[in-house]
This record gives sequence, structure tokens and C-alpha cells, in this order.
Amino acid sequence: MNIVVCIKQVPNTNEVKIDPKTGTLIREGVPSIINPDDKAGLEAALRLKDSQGAHVTVLTMGPPQAETALREALAMGADEAVLVTDRAFGGADTWATAHTIAAAVEKLPYDLIITGRQAIDGDTAQVGPQIAENLNIPNISYAEEIKVEGEYVTVKRQFEDRYHILKAKMPCLITALSELNTPRYMTPGGIVDAYQKEIKKITRADLDVADGDIGLKGSPTRVVKTFTKSPKAAGTLVSNLNSQEAADYILEKLKEKFII
Amino acid sequence: MDFKLSAQQEMARTLFRDFAEKEVKPLAQEIDEEERFPTETLEKFRKYKFMGIPYSKEWGGAGCDTLTYEICLEELSKVCATTATMLSAHTSLGTWPILKYGTPEQKEKYVRKLCTGEYVGAFALTEPNAGTDSSAQQTKAVLDGDHYVLNGNKIFITNSGYADTYVIFAMTNKSLGNHGISAFIVEKNFPGFSVGKEEKKMGIRGSSTCELIFENCIVPKENLLGQEGKGFSIAMATLDNGRIGIAAQALGIAEGALDETIKYVKQRKQFGRPLAKFQNTQFEIADMVTKTKAAQLLMYRAAIAEDEKPRYSEEAAMAKLYCASTAMDVTTRCLQLHGGYGYTREYPIERMMRDAKITEIYEGTSEVQKMVISKYAFK
Repeated sequence: MNIVVCIKQVPNTNEVKIDPKTGTLIREGVPSIINPDDKAGLEAALRLKDSQGAHVTVLTMGPPQAETALREALAMGADEAVLVTDRAFGGADTWATAHTIAAAVEKLPYDLIITGRQAIDGDTAQVGPQIAENLNIPNISYAEEIKVEGEYVTVKRQFEDRYHILKAKMPCLITALSELNTPRYMTPGGIVDAYQKEIKKITRADLDVADGDIGLKGSPTRVVKTFTKSPKAAGTLVSNLNSQEAADYILEKLKEKFII
Repeated sequence: MDFKLSAQQEMARTLFRDFAEKEVKPLAQEIDEEERFPTETLEKFRKYKFMGIPYSKEWGGAGCDTLTYEICLEELSKVCATTATMLSAHTSLGTWPILKYGTPEQKEKYVRKLCTGEYVGAFALTEPNAGTDSSAQQTKAVLDGDHYVLNGNKIFITNSGYADTYVIFAMTNKSLGNHGISAFIVEKNFPGFSVGKEEKKMGIRGSSTCELIFENCIVPKENLLGQEGKGFSIAMATLDNGRIGIAAQALGIAEGALDETIKYVKQRKQFGRPLAKFQNTQFEIADMVTKTKAAQLLMYRAAIAEDEKPRYSEEAAMAKLYCASTAMDVTTRCLQLHGGYGYTREYPIERMMRDAKITEIYEGTSEVQKMVISKYAFK
């Protein structure tokens, strides 16, 4: 079985501070890690490799320093690593990112693609499902449990107050939650091996994509501003109203706040 | 001269630090209070292949360089000196001499199992009357046909009680003095071998430290390590390599103490402000941080020397001497900065101070290190 795991190198947002003047993240000096949801996805792939045999390829789209994240994945036990990197890919939003990654993944043999649910620096949760759409394969997101039997995957998909059990035929894509498992540590010998392996690089020239679909040009969305939300007040609890009274109350409040 | 670690060494440090924080630190106080050998950590060392870090993959090791291994001991010691003792005695003292001096058959029989952690290793030189005066060996080994018969005892042996193999030293020819000492590989099941009482210690209380008893112990001839009479030089070479590990341990203890203390003085308030705002605190910290950084450079230099040169006794001795005295000094001053709370077991600093002391004693006392260093100075 061939598994492709997509990972992202992110700043460790536990340690990141917000610049009080600009309201943006201060990334300088902050250590980089493999995005936690992605790491859980990688661990899931490695467990499948341990239990039923699989070739695990880990892939990331990023600047040259993203190579460190790939080395860490290799040191955990991934077989192969691919870095999708080019200045032309820079400035991409989730749409352009997913388009680029899908084009790269298409060059690899895969039965199963695993991505993380969302990155701790972007928090959109869009790239995984978008990759699946680009590749025209089914996707199951928010995986809390993954089983593989023959050509099928069975996934426990998390909801707020319940879960679904979904079955899909491979090839397909799964997005993983960090709750899926506790990722293994690297081993010291694994680190030695990881630095001896060659990381395959995929650049703009290797991909069958249009300039208008990648990078900043290919991004229909633009981040205007990021800021920390001001803390909300506790709110007012209004109870014991019938539905008419409740509707009147809400209408009153909306008018009060000039929303309508 | 490059003062930077390689990307590989940095990644290894991240692994060791992560592992130490998550797996070792939560147990540290408990194993000290209960004087308990951390068998669960030993299991994790096996699982994550930490038991043969500086040894080649050919033997089941990780294939890392010496500095990477010492960084592992440094990171472990920041949170738990006992755990580092367990690993360094196994790796540097229990495995190294067999790999270096063993016959192909001995290496095949023991080294792989030691590197994978299937076997735990130990080293036994010290006797009741042979500490620093290690050549005064009273344990005797007499050749009798196809085996040696050993009689005597060893004390203060780390990992005893959990070890599968021991590198033992015994007198085969008293008339030759130093050159009459030989080394043997003894398995725990050899007839006539037993582990005696457990020592109660000031620090590294979770480390297993027992007496070994040889009563007509039968050791097959094939288990002579190196040649007869070469035991003393094997012991000294082993200790040279082991003492860099103790330097790493002492360094880690000092660094761990500083981490805890910097955290403490930032939040502890007296006279209306944090202790960190007082100049005495600042100057103490500045002094200790500088000293510890200097100790780190000496330790790293010794680790690199081990891989680059056949003889590195001078570097190893300097590293151990300075790191151990730094650990003792830093932990004492850090405890003082904690004040009354530092004296209680609610904070880890008192354990760190108790743990630091042994680094000035075992694997060659600080006085022995001075003997080595001055010998080189007067050459």
C-alpha cells in the first residue's frame, strides 16, 4: 500500500506572541514544528506500515527550511520525503496551495492520502479536502480512528456531539485530528538515517499547472489583517420565555445594536 | 573552529529534550523518594533505541557520534540524574570495553544484545579496599583448565541487580602489580556470582548500587576480555570514555538547576518585587550561567576529541573536573536563591544538589582528574 502524508511546518504557536503594535504573530526566534494534526496523520500512516506494511511518503509545500520537518518525519520512520518548493508557489492561499500540492501528489503512486485537519497558524481546515477535490477522490475529514481492510478505509469521523462511521474505497484522502493518536518519538538511529536520505524536490518546472493557478496570482483570497479577538463579556442569560417572547427579545436586541 | 551543532545534532537534542520532559521528568521526584530503579524508563529506552546511541548500526546501535550521545545524557540529567546514570553506566562502562577489546565471538555474543537493550550492562572495578587506589585489587581469578575461578567482592556497582553482563576486574598475577590485573565478562547467571546488599545513597537514589559477591565463581576461559594482565589499561581507557558522560551529567544537573531557579526568581516576590529584580540575584545568575556555558564548551570539546583522536584523557579529565565542580557550585547557589522553599522537597532543587555531589566522586574523583591534568601539564 502506498500512503502519501502531507505535512506543514508551522511556528510553535504555544510559544508565539502577538506583536502589540501590528497584531500579527512574531515568528522570529520561534521554533518550528510539524503541525500537530499532520503529525497525528503521519503516525497513523506509520502504524499502518507497522501492522500491514506500507510505503510512506511524506510531502510538504514550503520554503527550503521546511526540509527540517521532512527530516523529522523520516526520522520517525517515513520511507521517502518530497519537498515542493519554488518562489512561484509563494504567497499561496489554501486554493492555490491545494492546487499545487495535488499536482505534485499526482506524480506519486498513492492508495491513501493523509493530511492534518488544519494548521495551527492558518486554522482554515481547507487544504485537505481541496486536494481531494483537485484529484477527484473521496475525502473523509476529522478522522478520530482509521482502519484499512483490503481496498477500503473505515473512518470514525468526529462531530461536536456525535460521530459517524464512514467507509470509502481507495484511493481516497483522510484528514486527521491530533486526537487520533499519540505520535511516536524519533529514534537517534532514525535521525542518522534521515540525514543520509535524499529529499526529492519538486519545482514549478516539474508541475503541469498554469501560472494563474499557483502562488499569489492563483490566490482568490487575501489575508487583510490578523488580530487577537478582544475578550467577550460573559453575556446575559435570558430564560423562561416562550418562542414569541424570545423572538421579540432577540429582535429588540438586534435593533438596539443597529444590526437591523 | 565551529561552535555550532550540526542540523542532525540539533534534531537529536530536540528528541532528547522532548523525551526527557515528557517521559522522564514526571517520574524524577518519585523515583528519588522511593529509591526506585526506573524500569519503565528502561523499557522506553529499549523501545526508542537509546541503548546503543554511539555504537554502529552493525552492532544494533544508532550510529551517532559521541557528542550526540553526550547531549542525550546532558538533556536527561537536566530533569533526572538517576536516569542518566543508568544509561551512561550501561553504554559507556558496560558496553564500550567489550566493543573495543572483545574477540569477534565475544562481540557477537554480547554487544548486539547490549546495544538493543536486550541486555543491561555494568562495570565492576571498585572494591572495599580499592577505590581511587584501583590497582589494589583483592578479587582473585585463578585459571583452572577451561575456566577461571573468581573470589572476592566489589562494591558501589551501578546497575547491579538489573544488569545481565558485568565487565569485572580481578587479579590474575599479584606479583606483577598493575600488570597482573585482568578483565572478564561475567553473566549474572554464572555459578558462584551473586548481587549483595543495595547501598543507601545521598543522591541518584533511584540508581541501583549494590555489592557483587564472587564465591568460587566459574567464568569460562572465553570470557577473559583482552589479554591477561591488560585489565588495568582496559579499566583506565573505559573510565576515560565514561567520564565524559559524567561531565555531561554534571553539566545537565547545573543547567536543570538554573532553568528551575530562573523560573522561580521571576515569580517569587519579596519586598514588593520579584527576586529577579534584585542585583544580587542578577549577578548570581549571570555568574552561574557563564560558568555553566564554559563547562558545556569543555564537555563538548572532550566529546569531539574522543571521535577525532586516539587519546583524549586530558580533555576528558578537564571536562569532568570542571563540570562536576560547576554542578556542585551552581546547585548550592541555586538552592540559596530559592530560600526556605528550596530546602523542602516541594521543589526539585534540593534533589539536584544531592545528585550533583556524586559527579565529583565516581568514575574518578576530582582529585584523580587533577592528577591526570597535571601529568599532561608537566610533560
